[in-house]
Formats: sequence, C-alpha cells, structure tokens
Amino acid sequence: MKKSVRKPILAVGPFHPLQEEMEFFQLTVDGEIVTDIDVRISYNHRGIEKLSETLQFDQVPFLVSRVCGICSASHPLAYVQAVEDIVGVTPPDRALYVRVIINELERIHSHLLWVGLAGHFIGYDTVFMWAWKYREPVLDLLEKITGNRNNYGNVKVGGCREDVPDEIIPKILQELDNVEQKTEMLAKAVLDDPVLHARLKGVGTLSNKDAMDYAVVGPTARGSGVDIDVRRDDPYAAYADLDWKVITQTEGDVFAKAVVRLLETFESIKMVRQALKKLPKGPVAAEVKEIPPGEGCGHAEAPRGETFHYVRSDGGNRPVRHKIRAPSYVNVPSFRASCIGQHIADVTITLAAVDPCYSCTERMAVMDSRSNVILDYESLLRLSREKTAKIKKEIGSPELKLEDL
Amino acid sequence: MNQEELDNRLAEISDKLIDTQRISDRRVFLLCESENSFAVNKFLFQDLALRFIIATGIDSDSCFEVLYHYSNDETGCIVTVKAFIRDRENPSMESITPILPAAEWIEREMRDILGIDFINHPNLRRLILSDDWPEGVYPLRKEVKK
Repeated sequence: MKKSVRKPILAVGPFHPLQEEMEFFQLTVDGEIVTDIDVRISYNHRGIEKLSETLQFDQVPFLVSRVCGICSASHPLAYVQAVEDIVGVTPPDRALYVRVIINELERIHSHLLWVGLAGHFIGYDTVFMWAWKYREPVLDLLEKITGNRNNYGNVKVGGCREDVPDEIIPKILQELDNVEQKTEMLAKAVLDDPVLHARLKGVGTLSNKDAMDYAVVGPTARGSGVDIDVRRDDPYAAYADLDWKVITQTEGDVFAKAVVRLLETFESIKMVRQALKKLPKGPVAAEVKEIPPGEGCGHAEAPRGETFHYVRSDGGNRPVRHKIRAPSYVNVPSFRASCIGQHIADVTITLAAVDPCYSCTERMAVMDSRSNVILDYESLLRLSREKTAKIKKEIGSPELKLEDL
Repeated sequence: MNQEELDNRLAEISDKLIDTQRISDRRVFLLCESENSFAVNKFLFQDLALRFIIATGIDSDSCFEVLYHYSNDETGCIVTVKAFIRDRENPSMESITPILPAAEWIEREMRDILGIDFINHPNLRRLILSDDWPEGVYPLRKEVKK
C-alpha cells in the first residue's frame, strides 16, 4: 500500500474574509503554491426552483429577480424569454428596446461594482471608493425608470411592465455622459498603472482550452479568447438593431478580465444611448392569456455571462419545472484550472476575477431533518410569528393588536 | 458551423435517438434512452464542439428525464439531449463528467435533488444539500410535497 502523505490544507471560508457571501474553499498547498482546490457552496440556498413550481407564470418574474440582487434584470428576462418561447409571442418593439436599456444599465453598474471590489481585494481602496461612487447615479437612473434601484420587476411575459417615460430621456442621456467620462478616467487610471500591470498580468490564467472544457461564460470566457456573447449569438430584445462589438482578450489572466469588463462598460453606455435615440413609439406589452403545454429555453447575457432558464408547462397556470442556471455556476468550478499552481496570495483576486455570485448559484428547500417535512412559506411564517409571540410573552410585552393602534 | 451543417451532422447519430424534434432553427431536441445518452453527449461536445450550457433533471411521473442543453454559438441554436431513465426505483445513467468537466456540479446537484446515480462520476459527493439532510429524501421528486 502506498504511504499517504498528509498535505497542509488552507481553509478559506465559509465566511470569506473579503467577499460578502458564504463559500468555502479548501486549498491544498505545498509551501506557497496551491496544488489542489475544493469548493463547497450552498450555504445560501433558498429553494427558488422549487418555489417557482408553486407560483403562477405571472408571479415568477418577481421571484427570479430575487435570484440575484445584481442581475435582477437578466434573470426575469431569461425566464420570460423561455415562456415566450413556449407561447410563440413576440413583444412589441418598444418593449424590446426598454429591455435593452434596463439590462445595459444593469451591466454598467455591475461592472463598476466589480472594478471596485477587485480594487478592494488587492488593496486599492481608492479604486473601490471611486468606482462605487460613479455607480450610484446609474442605480438612481434605474430607480427613475422602474421605481427600484435593484429588483426592477420590469419584465413580464409579452413585454414590459413599466415604460421609459419620454420626459426623462434627456436626463438619462446627460447622466450617461457623466458616467462615461468618469469611467474613462477610471479605466485610464487602472489600465495605465504599472503596479496593477505587475500585480494582475499572468495571474490566475485560464487557458482557452480550459475555458471550453469548463464551459465558462461571459467576461470570464471572453477574457480567455472565447468569442461568445448571447446578445450577438442568439439576439434577443433589440440587440440586433444596435451597433456594438463583443470585447475579447486572449491572455486569460485577471488583467484580461478586467480589460474586458471596463471596455464592455463603454459598449453598454453606447448601446443605451442608441436605444434611447431609436426608441420606437407604441405599447410596451402584448397580451398573453394562456400558456400552452410545451417547453422553452431562454437565455440572456447577464453581466457575469449567460444566464439560462428552462421552463416546462403542462397547460396549467404554473410551471411544472423551472431550471435556472446562473453564470457563476459554470464559472466558479473553473477555479480548479485557474488556481492550481498559483501563489496563495494570488488566489483571492483569481477567485474574485470571475465575479462570482453565490446567491445566484444556489437555490432549493427548507427541511426539518428530524421529521422529514418540507416547510412551506405559510408554516415558516407561522413559526416566525409564534417565536415572536413567545419572546413577547417571556419579556412581558403587552399583547398589542394592529386594530388597537 | 451553420444551421444546415449542424442539421446534417446531427443526422449522423440518428440511430442512437428515439426522435429529433426540430421546433425552430434555434431550438432542437434530441430524444434518447439513458443508455445512449453518453454517446450522444460525447458526439455533441467532442465531435461537434458545442458549448455545454447546463443539464436539467425532471421527475415526469412515469420516468426521470435528464436534459443536457448545448449551444451552437455560431447560430445561437440550443440543442437539448433529452435522456429518459425508465427505472424509477434505481434511477441511474452514465456520467458525462469524465469527458466534460463542466458537468461535474450539475450531475452532483441532480443526484442531490432527484436521486439519480451517475455512474463513473469522479466525485459524486453532496453539492447543495446540507450535511444533516436525511438520506433518501430528494426534494425535487413529485412525491415530496410543495
């Protein structure tokens, strides 16, 4: 029998020292070099796929916009496109343009968020402060259009819920000019900084072959020379009518991914501007009465890559199966290819370079492990209320009812 | 690979399929039994170099279905392999992870939520269920109450 050698394992997580979501990496190390990596996820599972089967087709967009706080436009869009695939309905032109505007504004704020976080991870807090400051006005624009800074709840099967009011278009255009100018400054400062070149080039390289094998998507793929983008490859919304280009880099390192995201931000600004100028007149929703039996696939390019939804209908008013694949689900396992052989000090930024989103990656159910009963929303609510009542009783708080107030 | 080439190449594996459903230029479903799933997937990934998107596991009452979704990014066509697992008692099929690393997580997930055993999977540990989740309870099966 071969004698096994105990190797040191460095545990990062489940409460990650830098990122805000829970994940658990076990790095097997040889001195300073990482020789193996094991990822554990699912500390944040919320049961969205199962929940979706209990909701009506119209309610699901609100649920899936909560899959991720950042991609709260792309998930519902991919879902409604899957359902539209089943119904065979095409939304009115104006709705397609409104979808572009909201999704590209989302991409702008998401990429700026990443630039800030990346700066924070490597100790450039000024970049963090700047990027997040310039991101704020974009969120404000989204609030003006949809009423919310996140969780826009704007798409529905057959179109959009809210229109972009004509009177705020000049304000959006003006704000875009500001964001573009600031992002240019930020991009120049980041891309010309010799320290950042030294820090990020050649770090966490994901080769083109590995990118294909791990089927990564979005800026993670495009940074490794894989020229894919759902917006161009399977055009949805109004992307086919707009003039823009897909940004790719061949190096596959962290720097390449940063370049892709920064340059994409400018493309997005360009797209929103064009969409606002070309915005057709007319309604923003077509009427959809019934969802026939069938199955549909919908995908959209979220800021982190392709988000994919599969919906099956049996002709009733609820989906019988709804599968959600968020981009991080395929991007995160590529860590095996990009982290092994790296220094421990480079692992954090390599992991951060795919812009992982764990709440996206995880969805499922609440279960009591003693009685094997899955708890539904009502019983959880009841438990929660009972606990509040119990605490109230213990500390002797007077029984107050809303009607008494 | 344009759409015509794709259709021609897909015809090469028709002997392994039950049916080919061509819903539109952008959506093609290839129906097969679970025994042929590995060969069909291998053909799509290695010979046609399609990009693996994800797999969907479904409990559809009489059988289990595992749908492997691929994209031909040149035309934006989504090709889905729909494999049927007829044995409801001991559902199993051959894992595609040995040839397609991207499938590792989703096959582990399908094992967690539907109890499908993926033969030859290099690492079929739990992925999303917590450590104290009871064995043999699969949350996405029909018998589990919503």
